[in-house]
Amino acid sequence: MPVSKEALDEIALSEDEYRLIVERLGREPNPLELGMFGALWSEHCGYKHSKPLLELLPASGPRVLVPPGEENAGVIDIGDGLAVVMKIESHNHPSAIEPYQGAATGVGGIVRDIFAMGARPMALLNSLRFGPLGERRNRYLFQGVVGGISAYGNCIGVPDVGGEVLFSPSYSENPLVNAMCVGLVETKKLVKAGAKGVGNLLMLVGADTGRDGIHGASGLASRTFEEERELRSAVQVGNPFLEKVLIELCLQIADTDYITGLQDLGAAGLTSATVECAARAGSGVVIDIAKVPRREKGMNPYEVMLSESQERMLIVVKRGCEDKVKAILERWDLPSAIIGYVTDDGMARVLDEGKVVAEVSVQILTDPPLYRKEGVEPEWLKPLQTMNLDHLPDLPDEASQVLLKLLSSPNIASKEWIYRQYDHHVQTNTVIPPGADAAVLRIKGTKKAIALTTDGNGRYCYLDPRWGGAMAVAEAARNLVCSGAQPLAITDCLNFGNPERPDVYYQLEECILGMAEACEVLQIPVVSGNVSLYNETRGQAVYPTPVIGMVGMVEDVHHICTMGFKDDGDIVLLLGAGEAEAGVSSALSGSEYLELIHEVVGGRPTIDLSLERRVQQCCLTAIEEGLLKSAHDCSDGGLAVALAESCIVGSIGFSGDWVMEGRRDAQLLGESPSRIVASVEPQNLAKLEEMAQSCGVPLRKLGGVGGKRFIVKEIWDLPLEKIEEAWRGGLEKALG
Amino acid sequence: MRFGVIVFPGTYSDGDCYHVLERVFYQKVEYVWHKETNLSDYDCLILPGGFSYGDYLRTGAIARFSPVMGEVENFAAQGKLVLGICNGFQTLCEAGLLPGALIRNSHLQFRCQWTHLRVDNTSTPFSQACSPGQVLRIPMAHGEGFYYADEATLMELEEEGRIVFRYSSPSGEITQDANPNGSLRNIAGIVNKEGNVLGMMPHPERSCEEMLGGADGRFIFESILDYVIHKVS
Repeated sequence: MPVSKEALDEIALSEDEYRLIVERLGREPNPLELGMFGALWSEHCGYKHSKPLLELLPASGPRVLVPPGEENAGVIDIGDGLAVVMKIESHNHPSAIEPYQGAATGVGGIVRDIFAMGARPMALLNSLRFGPLGERRNRYLFQGVVGGISAYGNCIGVPDVGGEVLFSPSYSENPLVNAMCVGLVETKKLVKAGAKGVGNLLMLVGADTGRDGIHGASGLASRTFEEERELRSAVQVGNPFLEKVLIELCLQIADTDYITGLQDLGAAGLTSATVECAARAGSGVVIDIAKVPRREKGMNPYEVMLSESQERMLIVVKRGCEDKVKAILERWDLPSAIIGYVTDDGMARVLDEGKVVAEVSVQILTDPPLYRKEGVEPEWLKPLQTMNLDHLPDLPDEASQVLLKLLSSPNIASKEWIYRQYDHHVQTNTVIPPGADAAVLRIKGTKKAIALTTDGNGRYCYLDPRWGGAMAVAEAARNLVCSGAQPLAITDCLNFGNPERPDVYYQLEECILGMAEACEVLQIPVVSGNVSLYNETRGQAVYPTPVIGMVGMVEDVHHICTMGFKDDGDIVLLLGAGEAEAGVSSALSGSEYLELIHEVVGGRPTIDLSLERRVQQCCLTAIEEGLLKSAHDCSDGGLAVALAESCIVGSIGFSGDWVMEGRRDAQLLGESPSRIVASVEPQNLAKLEEMAQSCGVPLRKLGGVGGKRFIVKEIWDLPLEKIEEAWRGGLEKALG
Repeated sequence: MRFGVIVFPGTYSDGDCYHVLERVFYQKVEYVWHKETNLSDYDCLILPGGFSYGDYLRTGAIARFSPVMGEVENFAAQGKLVLGICNGFQTLCEAGLLPGALIRNSHLQFRCQWTHLRVDNTSTPFSQACSPGQVLRIPMAHGEGFYYADEATLMELEEEGRIVFRYSSPSGEITQDANPNGSLRNIAGIVNKEGNVLGMMPHPERSCEEMLGGADGRFIFESILDYVIHKVS
């Protein structure tokens, strides 16, 4: 073989893959061509390990306009001639190396995916995972990531309305930084990313091309993480001002008929942008890299083709319209270059001052080998799942410290310290700001609103990847339902270890199967997504962490529901039930309580998807009929934390006097899914009971709203200020 | 009346101001590109929030050199109304149309939150719909909103009643706890000597509809409308 194993390693290709390339080309690739294969056949661009599994996820539905994989983002119809464009993407490895720029450019990249389709970006969300804040490096990563998101997101005028942050030792070496963007477009103005029309011109706009980010896709995103600190040059630096200009400019151009396609330059830069555009349209492209504006002298073709310099867009301009497009660019004082044109021969041809330096079939470049592996259940899993939790002591009669400790745990405490650094009001659509089960944004000019959330519990998936995957989907949907929205579609980001390992492959496969099952039962399609594999260091993978970004729709923005208790005398109820209500120790499986108080990660979380569907239907109908005054999902920290949060947010007390069976810790702190804490006016109770019964949903009366204390008979009696102080101050305290 | 909303590259509250003026107050409103030099059509100009030119050198420091700014100065000199919000306030200070400067928040973080503003002067065109001492609840979102000026300027502002809004507690007390960014004397908004140019850091356009959490921002736009309509008639 004329290429060394080290050289192949650098671009994350195997020797077998190299042989396959030679066989398909009928010759040896030159170094530039090999680099292009490395990028396009990487997991990040080519999904070679994940694609066969991703196909298991339901992707169709009456509202799906653009299914996954077809374009830069998924698109769903929300009626009134409008569509929502949505996508989530990881920037884990760059953020681990340089948290501020890594996270900032993650935001930049996902936003470009949205406006590349002609949609105005209207909301950002972030799903973040770090190691415990007690460690200095984790604090550095956390503060850097939040700072980067804040700096970039605030500057481009897109509100950052939600997300989650969780801390676990599993993420210490390998934080997860997933960014989601949602945009709005008139359906008829959707722009595709195809290089259509022979002779049409390829125009590059935005930043000049530099040496930054070379091998981002293949090197950083598609292998494990041993020599990470040597890869600093693979992280790019963002320019949010230029991004903001690009948003306005591209939306203006998208509104004309001068173009046939728009594509952002993300992972693998010019290589993937041009080749994927050609692949989508079934065409070919010729580009002359001598025409590409450079940031520095002396760059070779390889560097130009694989640079991941940020804030660049490729516009497919109709021949003859180039001057009109240039006139728009001039208004914004933005330079541009015509770097090539569309052909019909199916080849990606790269020239350097007219001389051919690479010539490969688009079809071969975009058809990586797909691997369907055999997953093997890890040996450690069964013992963890069958761990007997009966021996743990139940909650004592006076358990104030347990509750306060949970409320101040960074996983449960208020995330205001983070989201107050993000502009969440700009664009004047934010009806429910961050801090709720889901964010709600009105759609101007209609009665509608959309609700947005991200969810994913790595600990559940670690203990049971199948149910954990299902629970992530169920919880995201439940969050939307609690705000009064009908779930519409999912964009998912799958954060896993090295899929070439059978135990990790097992987790990936099981998790996708669980997600698929929940999507089927709850009837929510997956319209876009991203996989981030190889999240591991020294053989230790992160918790398998699927992050579910979900969009729902509120038909009438006046029928939204919030989580805070409202008025004295309202009745508090638990809608739904799980193992927790049976008071059995297995209800504590995978709970925050178990890890925080007993330092145990064990048990087997489960979910009854049919009950979940009924609970969600009942809750949504009750909200739409105006019966509920509050609704809040029971999740991390279980029933007790849900009740406490409803008190804190509503600034009003709660007194609970229901009869508990079995273990009190299971009832109060178990995290069984399919449960919602709701409150109603007394005169609506009978109606709700009737509705719950007809839906086949258990309904239990817990107590009443009122006063300024948090009371659960025989266990807790605390002033509201005390629990509020723990919850509001927990995160800042952990930062020291 | 006719409003002009000035747009620099990097401005992002232009659409929000436009929306409020058109859809909440039913006024005529146009975007004014920063290269425009004819402002004769407008009764009131708004310099909206954003990060003009990325605020890369200093907030508003590059925007003040945009062609439109010379005309904004002439416009103000004619006694017409100019309202600078957030980045607009910063730009007006850089351009010398308002005294002082907006520097990095004292805690060094960007901060997006609701604030309470006590109205300390109800005789300006921007606050005449408020009652004396009224407390408005209006959100802010900025990293550089710490109002700074030398002692002599501060004294002058105080004596001439040019401090229109101060960060306060919900009941109107001026305390350090209520100060979200370290601003000297809790200053949130000031007017020029003539009273026709106002700069404020919080965003009234984000609080004109109850659905968005509060509508106290309306007092500012209603003041402007009353003033101009009264003046014209």
